[in-house]
Amino acid sequence: MLEYIISKYNYWMYIVLILIGFYAMMAKNNLMKKLIGMGIFQWAIICYFMSIGSKSGGTVPIISEHGSDVIRAIDFINPLPHVLMLTAIVVGVATTGISLAILISIYGRYGTLEEDEITPPHPNPLPRRGEGTLKGNRK
Amino acid sequence: MISEQFPALIVVTPLILSFFIPVVGWWKRELCLPIVLFALSVCLLCAIGMLGTVIKHGIIHYRLGMWEPPWGIEYVVDHLNAFVLVIVSFISLSAAIYAKKSVEQELPEHKIPAFYTLLLLNTTGLLGITVTGDLFNLYVLLEIASFSAYGLIAIGEEGALVASFRYIVMGTIGACLYLLGVGYLYIVTGSLNIADLSQILPELYHSRVVLVAFAFFMVGIGIKMALFPLHVWLPDAYTHAPSVVSAALGATMTKVGAYVMIRVMFTLFKPYFSIEMIPATTILGWVAVAAIIFGCILAIAQSDLKRMLCYILIAEVGYIVMGIGVANRMSLTGAILHILNDAFMVACLFFVAGAIMYKMGTRDIRNFRYLHRKMPLTMAAFTIAALSVIGIPPTCGFFSKWYLILGAIYGGQWVFAVVLVLSSLLSAVVFFRVIEKVYFEPTVGVHNGESHEMVEVVRDEAPLSMLIPIFIMVAGILLLGVFSGKIISTIIQFAVPTGF
Repeated sequence: MLEYIISKYNYWMYIVLILIGFYAMMAKNNLMKKLIGMGIFQWAIICYFMSIGSKSGGTVPIISEHGSDVIRAIDFINPLPHVLMLTAIVVGVATTGISLAILISIYGRYGTLEEDEITPPHPNPLPRRGEGTLKGNRK
Repeated sequence: MISEQFPALIVVTPLILSFFIPVVGWWKRELCLPIVLFALSVCLLCAIGMLGTVIKHGIIHYRLGMWEPPWGIEYVVDHLNAFVLVIVSFISLSAAIYAKKSVEQELPEHKIPAFYTLLLLNTTGLLGITVTGDLFNLYVLLEIASFSAYGLIAIGEEGALVASFRYIVMGTIGACLYLLGVGYLYIVTGSLNIADLSQILPELYHSRVVLVAFAFFMVGIGIKMALFPLHVWLPDAYTHAPSVVSAALGATMTKVGAYVMIRVMFTLFKPYFSIEMIPATTILGWVAVAAIIFGCILAIAQSDLKRMLCYILIAEVGYIVMGIGVANRMSLTGAILHILNDAFMVACLFFVAGAIMYKMGTRDIRNFRYLHRKMPLTMAAFTIAALSVIGIPPTCGFFSKWYLILGAIYGGQWVFAVVLVLSSLLSAVVFFRVIEKVYFEPTVGVHNGESHEMVEVVRDEAPLSMLIPIFIMVAGILLLGVFSGKIISTIIQFAVPTGF
């Protein structure tokens, strides 16, 4: 069992990280902590992609002109997941940026980031006195 | 020939022009809207051009930078996505025309260039999702569309900020799960191209990695398209967003989500995988039943018009997913036709809600009495769109429901057929509650036995730039109904994925 876990430890690490992030997003009351959880969630996936590209004993995927004429794929790290993650990192930065901007506005408007202390308007407010009744519309 | 470059132009034009808008808006604010209109007109022309080419000559393959498909990014346009491209660009163009007056009233002036930038970026993302044939490219464009949607929603009224933050949290989970699915498929196949993957995958269908990837895709897309148990972000977000944003996003984003779902289930994976090997379609069918009933019943409970429309939208997503879930030729025809019809109906209803908000300053249904005398044209449009959602014959809503019910009957799914009919009844309750308030309030009130004098209502119609898009949508609803046979025989029967 232990060997099974150790042999695929990169996947276990990413599962643990993803669950930590998921827990924070779902269970935390503070919006900032939710945002931190979201960050952990995203970076966990990026770490996972990083780990699937790497090979033990592999080197940078650059073919030298004067090297041996036999090119074996096993000698080189797979660059494609890493390139994909460059884009995903940018996406992650953008998510964090837009969330922080919104959190600043929320703090400015409500003075708190605790979810239960923020009181958005009631979805179905009762009409005010005289409004929407026959009396109110009469001239 | 420029027509060969349409698949790239449809994404590149709005993307590049959207970066000019903040700069131009800094200099001259009035120039923002013409740029948006120009970009979206180019998109619409490209989309129509591609639809024509696809109908005449078959599928278009476009290689970005001339890289061969499994390595480079490939744009593939077939009947299904050419059809969705036309819908998205047409609705976005109408929304941009509508935006002028609505945005001037609802947003502070210095935010207007930012608003137009985000609106154009959102369309870029949605068009890109539709046109691309590469899974990772789809993820990036999905995030472009989502980010601009977060921003667009956050500049709305009181409550929009919190709604937008909740949407960010949910949307990011959705996108990340989708990305994980892409990663899992990449591990076992080493490819990201949809056409290439659909060739490689059948040998690996018994692999647990592929099954998990499929599950991640379904949940991720389900969040993005607001499928029933994952819809919680939608009502708040679209209620508090500016009116034009609710209309544009409500009509396009969920439909593009439905398109991606059809792509993943029936093109990326072969239909027999999604239908027989794992009971994905059966589960989706029952989820759709829950979505339709839940959406319609909660819509009855709302007194805010826009919030009511949000729940109707959730039910409408349910219809499309039910068509996917029954999974036979007839029901998929219904689902694809409903993508078109629903875009027009939802856009029309949200446009009307925005026009009422513009003139009345409220969306509370209880304040709508005598509105048919104040805004006769707008309310006539609302009634036609409402009849279409209910499914009354000359309007387009009837025909897609007809195909969905036929599909359910051919598939032997009698419960689904009953739910579809029942939902028409429930939507009738939802909309007649509003229509009754607007049209059938007695003008001579009899109160405590004494009669009151006639109520004076001055006619005060919405401005022309809002009425035109509303009436384009109404004309669409009626014409699509009349010509639905033609649309099915020229486009949709080829758009149904192969294998049915």
